[in-house]
Amino acid sequence: MAYYIARRLGLAVMVMLTISLLSFLMLKMSGDLAISMAGEGSGADYVEFLRKTYGWDKPLIVQYGDWLWKALRGDIGTSFYYGSPVLDLVAKSMPVTLTLGAWAIVIALGTAIPLGMAAGSRPGSWIDRIALFIALIGVSTPIFWLSFVLILVLGLEFAVLPISGGGTPAHFVMPAIALAFYSMPAIIRISRAGMIDVMRSDYIRTARAKGLRPHQIYLGHALRNTLVPVVAVASVQFGFLLGGSVVVENIFALHGIGYLTWEAINQNDYPVVQAALLTVSSAYVVLTLLADLLNVMIDPRIRLD
Amino acid sequence: MASHITPHSPQARLWNRPRLPVGRWGLILGAVIIAAIFVIAVFAPWLAPHPPYEQSLSDRLVRPVFMEGGTWNHLLGTDHLGRDYLSRLIYGARLSLMVGFGTILLSAVVGISLGLLAGYFGGRTDLAVMFILTVRLSLPIMLAAISLVGLLGNSLFLMMVILASFLWDQFLVVTRSLTMRYRDAEFVLAARASGLSDIRIMLSEILPNLLSPLVVVATLEMAHAILLEAALSFLGLGIRPPDTSWGLMIAEAKDFVFFESWLVNIPGLAIFVLVAGITFLGEGLRVWLAPDNSQ
Repeated sequence: MAYYIARRLGLAVMVMLTISLLSFLMLKMSGDLAISMAGEGSGADYVEFLRKTYGWDKPLIVQYGDWLWKALRGDIGTSFYYGSPVLDLVAKSMPVTLTLGAWAIVIALGTAIPLGMAAGSRPGSWIDRIALFIALIGVSTPIFWLSFVLILVLGLEFAVLPISGGGTPAHFVMPAIALAFYSMPAIIRISRAGMIDVMRSDYIRTARAKGLRPHQIYLGHALRNTLVPVVAVASVQFGFLLGGSVVVENIFALHGIGYLTWEAINQNDYPVVQAALLTVSSAYVVLTLLADLLNVMIDPRIRLD
Repeated sequence: MASHITPHSPQARLWNRPRLPVGRWGLILGAVIIAAIFVIAVFAPWLAPHPPYEQSLSDRLVRPVFMEGGTWNHLLGTDHLGRDYLSRLIYGARLSLMVGFGTILLSAVVGISLGLLAGYFGGRTDLAVMFILTVRLSLPIMLAAISLVGLLGNSLFLMMVILASFLWDQFLVVTRSLTMRYRDAEFVLAARASGLSDIRIMLSEILPNLLSPLVVVATLEMAHAILLEAALSFLGLGIRPPDTSWGLMIAEAKDFVFFESWLVNIPGLAIFVLVAGITFLGEGLRVWLAPDNSQ
């Protein structure tokens, strides 16, 4: 077990290093930082001075080393546009995205697991068809159109929810519903498939033969075993939601990490873009790491592979 | 070995696109939808009632024919610049399909080559390829794609390259696992004994067996690519005006959503129908081509 965890940790570190290298190269490709920083119309010697001060005249690999060393101590650069440390901008917007993602995953799990389990316990029934239809919507609807439909129905027609901004918890409901649709198909499928497997198993037949009531069978026996794969999928989905929230944040004017990135791209503020990509990727790496470790604890067979 | 240290992540990505139990009728429905949209896209210049770029300031925001104030001259109304909405929709179909096909062609080449190498040679090659896959899966597609578009610019071809550089993972996963299964099959051993080179064996002995599952992957990834293009264009980082894309149409209409919601709903519905059609086709093909492992 310790060996497995060590290997898995090593992999996570290597992935993070590769991603940091990629994002560093992206920053380098975005143009000459010294010229961007000096601003238009500055003299060549000022640009040269900046280049020297920040070490941008050294070989690329040395620069990467310097950058990584600084990044590890929490200095990931300065925003061209705001002039403030990138870390502050990211730290300010990350809670918004995390809140949105958490709401979305809770909504997705809360609707998709019961739906998937109900569908899986009676394949081909009307509830199975409803689950199929919702999954189809989740797979096929562009999230930005879904957001507008929600705005038109819940925000305008019934006027029950605010349509823009992030002041109160109510502001997060509509964007979270829109985002949740993105994850629901995966969760419906995995809990449906899990349920079908579980219902075929011997211990459910035994439970039936003992004369247990249906709700005892579903909640006491089937739920627990269906949940094992759902845990892994949910954590991965949460990682997807953090990166996928950019469209939703844009429509509902939520100033999260997606909005920050989009804004920074339009302002050519690549230190911010780089930091945002790094942050979301590391969140995903950590989430999958936790999911894998959780799986090893839940299901010891994985270790023995 | 690599699957030993990454037991769940790549598979978890597979679950992101659910397998829908689509029957024969779903397959037919999907095929009909795609065929219809394909015909519309190919014959766009003849089918569009007006040139898609022709502006008419006196005919701005005319409503569709089925709404009050609509005219038969503009079946689906006009946008804020007086351009015929139906014609723009028809040309948008062209773009969506072009992006869809272009992207999967590029991503299939990447994913299948890597999958063949990893599955056939195994060992360190496999380890390296699986590492690349793990890195790719750790990058958030949407954020990374908009960053690259912002960095490299947004021509149609460039966008297909950028999307393709993220959408090869399914091709890789499927090709790799099937290649592993066939690697020691008798017909491969026979080919090796008769002196065929490794590349010949991969391409002419193993690859033909993977064709049907790969067609399924290609179909579903095409849906993915079309949705991503629409989202990029919606964010202003995809297709640029005056060219037309369904995502761009929604972006241009978003200021009018409270007064003329049909402007947003018509292209939104178009994307839904296209992507749902492709999904039905792909899932239906999956069931049809391999009835034994469909759930």
